[in-house]
Amino acid sequence: MSENVDTTQAPRKIGPPISRVSRLLESKQLGWVALAGALLAPFVTATPYALNVMTTAAIFVMLASGLNIVVGYCGLLDLGYVAFMAVGAYTAGILSKSFQLPLIFTIPAVLVLTVLAGLIIGGPTLRLRSDYLAIVTLGFGEITRITANNLTVTGGPSGIFGIPGLLKIGSVDVEDPAVLYYVTVLVVAVFVLASARLGKSRLGRAWRFVREDEDAAEAMGIHTYKVKLLAYIFGAIWGGLGGVLFAAHLSAVSPQSFIFLQSALVLMAVVLGGMGNMRGVVIGALVISLVPELLRDLGAHRYLFFGLLLVVVMVFRPQGLWPSRGYEPERPAGGTGDGEPGGGQSR
Amino acid sequence: MTQLIWDGLFVGSFYALIALGYSMVYGIIKLLNFAHGDIYMLGAFIGFALLTSLGGIPGSLSLVALLGVLLVSMLLTGSAGVLIERLAYRPLRGAPRLAALITAVGVSFSLEYGVSAIAGPNPRAFPVRLEGGVFQVLGARISLPQIILMLIAAGLMIALNTYIQRTSTGRAMRSIALDTNASLLMGINVNAVITRTFFIGSALAGAAGVMAGAYYGQIDFLMGFIIGLKAFTAAVIGGIGNIKGAMLGGLVLGFVEAFGTQWFGGQWRDVFAFAVLILFLTLRPTGILGERVTERM
Repeated sequence: MSENVDTTQAPRKIGPPISRVSRLLESKQLGWVALAGALLAPFVTATPYALNVMTTAAIFVMLASGLNIVVGYCGLLDLGYVAFMAVGAYTAGILSKSFQLPLIFTIPAVLVLTVLAGLIIGGPTLRLRSDYLAIVTLGFGEITRITANNLTVTGGPSGIFGIPGLLKIGSVDVEDPAVLYYVTVLVVAVFVLASARLGKSRLGRAWRFVREDEDAAEAMGIHTYKVKLLAYIFGAIWGGLGGVLFAAHLSAVSPQSFIFLQSALVLMAVVLGGMGNMRGVVIGALVISLVPELLRDLGAHRYLFFGLLLVVVMVFRPQGLWPSRGYEPERPAGGTGDGEPGGGQSR
Repeated sequence: MTQLIWDGLFVGSFYALIALGYSMVYGIIKLLNFAHGDIYMLGAFIGFALLTSLGGIPGSLSLVALLGVLLVSMLLTGSAGVLIERLAYRPLRGAPRLAALITAVGVSFSLEYGVSAIAGPNPRAFPVRLEGGVFQVLGARISLPQIILMLIAAGLMIALNTYIQRTSTGRAMRSIALDTNASLLMGINVNAVITRTFFIGSALAGAAGVMAGAYYGQIDFLMGFIIGLKAFTAAVIGGIGNIKGAMLGGLVLGFVEAFGTQWFGGQWRDVFAFAVLILFLTLRPTGILGERVTERM
């Protein structure tokens, strides 16, 4: 990816020469290979169970790529990310059920509502310190879930079920598991690509700048509040559309799907994969969503394991397992802001 | 009406006890210790384990046993807090704030599911329940256990306040909260003081956990999550980093919940706390008693 490194970065010597493995991992074709792998997977195994797991994993990748915009690019900790997914899923479910529309026609309403949710929650808090944002998003996630649990329009604790499929054209019904899987994979691929491209755009560079040093960014003429709000809104859109896919996949939505654990798992995918690096995030999301399926014996202990892993990774490698290039904190220790660089700064 | 005020006061004193730890840690190292609510949960489970191992306790001795267990649990949760600080937070001191926050989330997760792995995911019944007479004061139903627990909470808070205002360690804590580097230059052993802060905060949360277990009679491994959030809300309401503010904030939050529940129904109970939190952060992020201007990240 060397030719894609942000041009804003001064050329910098990075540790030892790039090994063959990391060159392979950073090749431009990797994304296409992954997409091909995802598209070919049903030819290997297409049991309903396998399709179910793979579709769930694909939706999880979508969520992680959305959260990556907020946490990875912009450095804002969002602990209530599934709230946006809930807003999307409930909006889509309620509208399509009451008007008997295919889910796809509810997307404009979903977009409007998730952006609105992002504005409501981000607007007042993004001016504050980032830790306040973290806890407010956590509270927001809980409020969303409790509200869904208590209202009648959302079906209370049992939620809404019997949601129509995504779309039906002639004989091709997107409700069919295999078709839905392909649609999901393609949609997710588009959004992952979009998220990666966003990170390289002018706005993406502004996000990184805000993440690294907000005051300096502001001094350079970046409207930090606006830029942060945009990150938040983009994250909300990704989450909301992920929610639509989720509703299409399960054809049912209930408050139990939007507990804090889900937000935390998406966050882990982003953090463990490497904040800001879309490839890492996709791999992290796949690992987090597939490992429990592969290692059933791990059972309830997997969350303990994930929690410990999170601490260990943060202590020894605060930038994530596979961070984006140029994120390594190589600043010499100076002000109070930076301190010592993370333990494993070169591999 | 009197009933609502009393309920608010009672629940609020729990919140205050937990909010203190949040506020102290935040005041000193500017870290949002997400795991603090889980220390409360840990306290409840340690109390549970101790009381279970003690075996049958005659009803007349249950208060004495409970006080003893309370002390031991406070010691143990305090040590757990110190351990967590040493292993997870200290290496990240001075690291980007995001990393520290994520670590705190990880610690919280590890505590929750660690306890779940050891004690099982199902709710447990607390072996000792405080029983006592109920009497009427100005139309409010007040029970003896409530009075005892509130006295314990008040005693702990007064002791903490004296400790912070009168002792040299307390002065060191206040000085670190103002300026860590200057305190270091003045010869304060910053690490030791931070360790002690974690010990005290965690011990208070552990005490609250044991008390909650004894009062409500049921504990589970996720009990610290919501209450941690609420305690943080209380700390923000009072002005985070401010010890008296945390106590005040706890009581205010208790009142808000009691009255809100009365007017809107119990199922919205948790929503109030967060709505109040968002309202405060929007309108007055420094809280009621906070003076310092919110600094930028």
